[in-house]
Formats: sequence, structure tokens, C-alpha cells
Amino acid sequence: MLAGVLLPLAQGGDGFIRDPAEAGTSCVAENDTVCIGWAVQNMDRWITPTLEHLLLVGVSVAAGFALAFGLALISHGRRFLVPTFIGLTGVIYTIPSIALFLILLPISGRGTLTALIALSLYNLQIIYRNLVVGLANVPEATKDAGRGMGMTNRQLLWRVELPLAVPEIVAGLRIATVSTVAIATLATFAGAGGLGQVILDQGFQRDVFKTAIVVGSFLAVAMAIAFDVLYVVGQRLAVPWRQVKPLL
Amino acid sequence: MEVRSADGGQALSVEFREATKRYPGADRAAVERLSLEVPAGEICVLVGPSGCGKTTAMRMANRMVEITEGDVLIGGRSVRERSPAELRREIGYVIQQIGLFPHRTIAENIATVPKLLGWERERIAARVNELIDLIGLDPELADRYPAQLSGGQQQRVGVARALAANPGVMLMDEPFGAVDPINRERLQNEFLRLQRELHKTILFVTHDIDEAIKMGDRIAVLEVGGKLSQYATPAELLMEPANAFVEDFVGADRALKRLALLRVADIDLWQAPLARVGQPTSEVRAMLEDAEVPHPLVLDDQRRPLGWLSDADLELPSVPETPDSSPEPVLELEDVLRDALSDLLQAESKYAPVVDGSGRLAGVLSVEVISDFLSSDEALTDEHPAAERPVS
Repeated sequence: MLAGVLLPLAQGGDGFIRDPAEAGTSCVAENDTVCIGWAVQNMDRWITPTLEHLLLVGVSVAAGFALAFGLALISHGRRFLVPTFIGLTGVIYTIPSIALFLILLPISGRGTLTALIALSLYNLQIIYRNLVVGLANVPEATKDAGRGMGMTNRQLLWRVELPLAVPEIVAGLRIATVSTVAIATLATFAGAGGLGQVILDQGFQRDVFKTAIVVGSFLAVAMAIAFDVLYVVGQRLAVPWRQVKPLL
Repeated sequence: MEVRSADGGQALSVEFREATKRYPGADRAAVERLSLEVPAGEICVLVGPSGCGKTTAMRMANRMVEITEGDVLIGGRSVRERSPAELRREIGYVIQQIGLFPHRTIAENIATVPKLLGWERERIAARVNELIDLIGLDPELADRYPAQLSGGQQQRVGVARALAANPGVMLMDEPFGAVDPINRERLQNEFLRLQRELHKTILFVTHDIDEAIKMGDRIAVLEVGGKLSQYATPAELLMEPANAFVEDFVGADRALKRLALLRVADIDLWQAPLARVGQPTSEVRAMLEDAEVPHPLVLDDQRRPLGWLSDADLELPSVPETPDSSPEPVLELEDVLRDALSDLLQAESKYAPVVDGSGRLAGVLSVEVISDFLSSDEALTDEHPAAERPVS
């Protein structure tokens, strides 16, 4: 029944991958688990969904970060707001993504915007929580020294507290990004394309074309791993003081 | 009054006028009508048991704690009429946990206040180099991060950072509290040496009466509730405690503590029979007859001690170049008497040669000399210069 509601949403791009006329190779005709030769030959067919996917992840993580950062600035120095913000963003986080797409449909319509709103809201919770933890982990003595030397609250925040919270903030972005790569495969239900569309339309809707499912999934996993590695490297570059070893 | 210090900063006087801090909801004040005056260029130690409000009192001076009633004047100017951030940039601040910024290099840490004050880059760089030199830190460490330094080095950097913008006043809250005893003593001595050049006005908080006696030109003893029990020089405090609380806090070993106020030069040393390398031992043996110290000490041409002659050495026809027993520990006239005593005890040595600034023998110190001194009237009545001041 659910499929009856959802599948029409995920409207496929016709003739995207398996055109019966094209089924020249025996692998495709016999629908083996994965037809690597065919997938490589038809590489250009994966480019658009991959770029769509990247866009969904990049924009929603950036928007989630901007929102979370705003909330963190508001709740900084107003500690009583932190549980409220964690609670509110947490409630959003518990809404299943497909349900959230449906909730947003009447508001933002079908398409990329809806998917971006939903994905950004999911990122909000993870990124905000890590921002708050990062700021709370700054040693009291460091802040006391900063204030005692005549830093204003704003100077303390930008020159001391935020730089020291970078490891936690990056950790939050990393979790958010990697999980968004996975969740974004469902964006196809909001009509936003991406790798999910390949898996769903070409894999499931067309009497299960295994190669589409496997290659689509592989690209998503590879993208998640690539982001993960980027974050690890980025963090190392961003916090050189964490890499040092004591001399003694 | 203003005192010019070696680094160009001007030391300012600090005056507490009935300064009171009451926290909302607390049944008594944390600091109660505290009045005391610290002349420019002196170290005032705030000392007392935990909960006596010494840190709170100190923090009123740079408005890290807001004053409830009364006032604190720095250089005659009320701190209450100044913006906290601006005021704090003119006051050095050192805390026990040091609080170096872990994400900034040593040079950047030291540059913190000059940067806040908007100094030009070249001026900041020059000042940083000057301070690194002043605290005796290896210049190579300037680009390291705090985590790469030892606790003692970090503490020195903390002091350098506080000195960076030539503050007229320094606040130091248990600055050496987190380092081990050996390093603490070294840091204290280094700091006193610095202070002799810098002449800063310093409010120094500690719970350790020995540290207070060693560091302070004046000591303010606070009771729980932030009441000032006595404000006096270390010698006065030890000789005439104002009340039972101070007497108790200073401890029963007051006479012993006075050793921290004395230098080896302040007491009469003994003389040992002296020998030269190559001298016939018969001559040396003759000198032993009625000597204060029953062992002969061998000196070189510059009158520097080479070692003690053992009985075996004295059997030889002439004094050997390397005597059996090393001269260690060799003390200096400028050493604080308490440290000298502890060196003697640690070396399990009965006698130690004392040398002057150029290494020439001045006399011999023994545990007996010190105990004689302690039991003499002189120890209890005489006014001696505080040990941290240079010997005249």
C-alpha cells in the first residue's frame, strides 16, 4: 500500500539505463549480479545522479551547519536554552525521512527543495549537539585566562572557544555528511533524484535490474568513504596543535 | 607613587578600600571590608586557609569579581570606573592552571595582550623575543604548542604572557601551585630574580605560608570570611603574630621559618684549616689541633674549594691534587639559609664550604652553626633583610 503512494512520487527518467533494445550483452540480458563491463561502458549515465547526490549532501550539510551555528551562538552564554534546542532538533531527527518528505510536500512541493529542507533538518541535530559539546569542553582555566587578559566575550568566542571546539565540530560534520550520503538515497521519494533514483527506478521498478542496484549502492558507499577521508585529512590540517607530541 | 621598572612599564600602587564581596544568597561576605595598601613595586602575598577569600580579593583588582561595596584603586584610580576588558589588559594575570591557549604557539600565547592592544607586528615580535629571552626559554620553542612543553616551561610562558604588555600590576593566583616541589623552588627563585629587575607591583595568592614568607615583601593573612588578620612584613609576622589565628597559621616552627628570611651571609661562619695542593701534610696536621672544623679543606690558587682531606690523605707526605672527599655541597653566601640547611641534610654532610660570588671560599657552614644561631637571641630579635632582596 505504501509503495502505491511512494512509487509514483519517485518518477523515473525513462530509458535511463535499461533500454530493451540495448540489451546486447548477455550479462545484461541474463541480469547477472553486476555487469561491470556494461556499467563502465555506460559511465556517463551515472554522472548526473552522482552530481545530484553530491549537491543534496553538500547543500544540506552547509545549511544544517549554518542553522546549527546560529542556534549555538544564541544558546552560548544562555545555557538554559541548550536542552530546549537539543530537544527540538532531536524531535525532528526522530521523524522518519520518508514521512518528513510527505509532510513537507504540501509546503515546498515535490523536488530538490523538499529534500534539501528535510536533510538539512536532520543535520541540524548532529551538528548542533557537537557544537555545544565542543564549546563546553573548552577548559575553564583557558577561558578564565582569556578573560583575565582582557578579551571581550566575543573575542573569547572567536579566538579561543570556537578554535578549540573545531575537533568536535568537524566530528559532527563528519557524522552528518556520511549519514546524509545514506539518507539522501531516499531523496528520490521527494523527487530530488540522486543515486537513490537509480537504485529505485532502474533497479526495483524495472523487474529488478541488479546492476543498477549494485552500482548505485557502490557509488553511494564510495562517496561516503571519500567524504570520511576528506574530513580526517581536513581535521589534521585544521588542528595542528592536536597532532603534536610532547617533547619529553 | 610610581616606580619605573627595567622593561619600561610603570609599577602602580594598589589600594583596597573597605573592599567587600558578598555573593547573593550567601550568609556572610566572601571578602569583608578589606583595606590594605600595596606600594608600587612590591610583592604583597595574600595568604590564608581555603575559603578565606584570598583569590576573590585578588580578582576584585581586575574586576574578574565585581566589588559589592568599597573600592580598589590602582595607581590611585578606581577600578570601578573603568571598562573591565581595558583594565585587564593593563594588569598581568597568572593562574595556577596556567591556562595557555592550546591552539596557539608559545609566541602567539605571549603575544595575546599586545595583539588585543593593537600593537604593530614588528613591535609584538620584538617583545616576544625579549620575553622568551627574559624567562630563559630556548628560542626554538617559540613555534611549539603548549602541549609540547614541560609544566615548568609552561608556567614560565604563563608569566611571560602576563608581562607582555608591561603591566603596572600583576595578579598571580597560586602560580607555582601545580608544579612539583623541586621545580617550584626553582621557579620561585627565578621569579624573585626577575622581580629584582622588573619591580612590578604584585598581588600573589597562596595557601602556603612558606611560599608567602619567601615571596612576600608584605604578607596579608586572611581568615575565613575574608577578614584581614594581619598585614605585615614576613619578619614582623614571624616575630609578632597579631593574634592566635595568625600564630597558629604561621605554625609552631616560626624560628625555623625565619631561616627562609636569612642568607648564609647573615650568620657567622666557621673556619676550617686550609691546605694547598703539594703542601707537606705535617703542616696540615699541626693546624688540626685547635680548629673549629676538624677536617682540612684543600683550596686551589683561586681559593676555590677542591675537597676535604680524609685521614688517609693525611698519611701521604704531601697534600694530593684530588682529595678523597669532594667539597660538595658547595654553598654560596647568597643562598637562603633554609635551602642551605636542606642541602646539608640532603647530602648527609656535616660541613659545607661557603663561597662568594666568584667562587672563593668565605667560610664553612654546618648544621651546628645553624642550630647555635637559632637558639641565640639574635635569631628571635634581630631584624634581618628579607631573603628575596639582593644582598648589599
